Amino acid sequence: MAKTLEEINKKIKNGSVVVLNAEEIIDYAEQNGVKKTARDIDVVTTATFGPMCSTGAFLSFGHSDPPIKMSKVWLNDVPAYAGIAAVDAYIGATELSETEDMNYGGAYVIEDLISGKPVKLRAIAYGTDCYPRKEIETYITLESINQAYIFNPRNVYQNYAAATNSSNKTIYTYMGKLMPNFGNITFSSAGQLSPLLNDPYYRTIGIGTRIFIGGGQGYVAWQGTQHNPGKDRLANGTPSGPAGTLALIGDMKKMNENFIRAATFHGYGITMYVGVGIPIPVIDEEMVEFLKVKDEDIYTEIMDYSVQRRNKPSYGKINYKQLKSGSIMLKGKKIQTGSFSSYAKALEIANLLKSWITKGHFLMTNFAAPLPMDEKVNTLNILSKEEL
Amino acid sequence: MITRRLILNFPEKIVTKPITYRLVKDYDLQFNILRAEITADVTGKILLEIMGSKNKIEEGIKFLEGEGVSIQEASRDIIVDKEQCMDCGVCTSICITQALILDKNNYRLIFDKDKCILCGFCQNCCPVNAIKLNV
Repeated sequence: MAKTLEEINKKIKNGSVVVLNAEEIIDYAEQNGVKKTARDIDVVTTATFGPMCSTGAFLSFGHSDPPIKMSKVWLNDVPAYAGIAAVDAYIGATELSETEDMNYGGAYVIEDLISGKPVKLRAIAYGTDCYPRKEIETYITLESINQAYIFNPRNVYQNYAAATNSSNKTIYTYMGKLMPNFGNITFSSAGQLSPLLNDPYYRTIGIGTRIFIGGGQGYVAWQGTQHNPGKDRLANGTPSGPAGTLALIGDMKKMNENFIRAATFHGYGITMYVGVGIPIPVIDEEMVEFLKVKDEDIYTEIMDYSVQRRNKPSYGKINYKQLKSGSIMLKGKKIQTGSFSSYAKALEIANLLKSWITKGHFLMTNFAAPLPMDEKVNTLNILSKEEL
Repeated sequence: MITRRLILNFPEKIVTKPITYRLVKDYDLQFNILRAEITADVTGKILLEIMGSKNKIEEGIKFLEGEGVSIQEASRDIIVDKEQCMDCGVCTSICITQALILDKNNYRLIFDKDKCILCGFCQNCCPVNAIKLNV
């Protein structure tokens, strides 16, 4: 007895839709069984709020008088990329400021724009007959420019590694500050709330799926970079390491800094915390089987980040219930664990999306195309033209 | 006369051996134990405020290290800015006394100042710089 998205959207419009978040569905399915759950519940909201480095925004500034064809552009002294037309640019989250080092960068520019702050725009150009201006310096705000959309090539990683440090020095990595001699373990996943861990085979999440992003509505634009659907999976469908990814798009002017935040990993660099919520339609009983996944059913691997190689040694697999308990035993030692992904914020987003849907402010979409199941991840090797 | 705040880490082997009193007896140092967590069979930690001449303190430290104690400088007051905090919980992996933990019910960060031994390890681990030194 399958439910269609059209039926669900009808219920959203007439206010009779039944929505649970991805944590609530676990108990509901346990108490009522899969069959009844599939009948009773229409939508499950999943969410995550974690550091997502492959994040940035397309900005279109408008034309000056006389006009300029920007070659190089800076926003608050952070270089952005202007090699697209005359006044379009892309600012990436991880780009560092030329003057403030790791204390300021692309992600901070994006957060400043979203908070309504004025940002200094400076550009230089080689000048043409029709674009005679060779430089410009002015202040802009999100409202004063034209289109501004967040476009993130890789977000919402379907699972990720956990990290530790076997060396005798503290190291500063994209998995944070790792204390020496297995001093701590960090990880980054919303676990049982996570979008792609609740729909591991991408049955309902695809290109064109409407989502919550950064406080506003957006869409899945494409599969993300490094999308790796072929990663080995458990019987419940969840991969035990990094697998699928999504490229996301959303209107920056509708976002707020409560759900999209710049961050600095000391000694490593800058990133952006992106709040994403994806509603999953309970189309059939098979979907409920996936949605009732809990932290103790999802596994990841503890990798040694002190090894500066592409492939790092593993210290075994561990589930998210163990990781979230605060400490685990490894090599006979009790090691404290901590997450980079904020479960509290993910829950806030899942509940906010739940209320939007319940109130009829958010209609769901069928995807326009499914995410590919056959992509592989290549590596970058040093080769000559002949060796290729 | 100078004052320094140090964290002494006593490994298992010597945790029941009386060592700290030697700072007074042999090196003429005054000290104030601000925090101590020692049990037999587990490693112990003492947050010590130590007062004496610069040279005697250095000698005292060398003596302690010679006995197998590892020493760290302790920082000043730590404050957690709850407005900035995103409740991710990564600081909880670094806090050696579990003064920083996530609430089991709402998953928000709790900072228990009484448990804090001011070691300062948390200081540069917060992605939004919510943990600050109160100078």
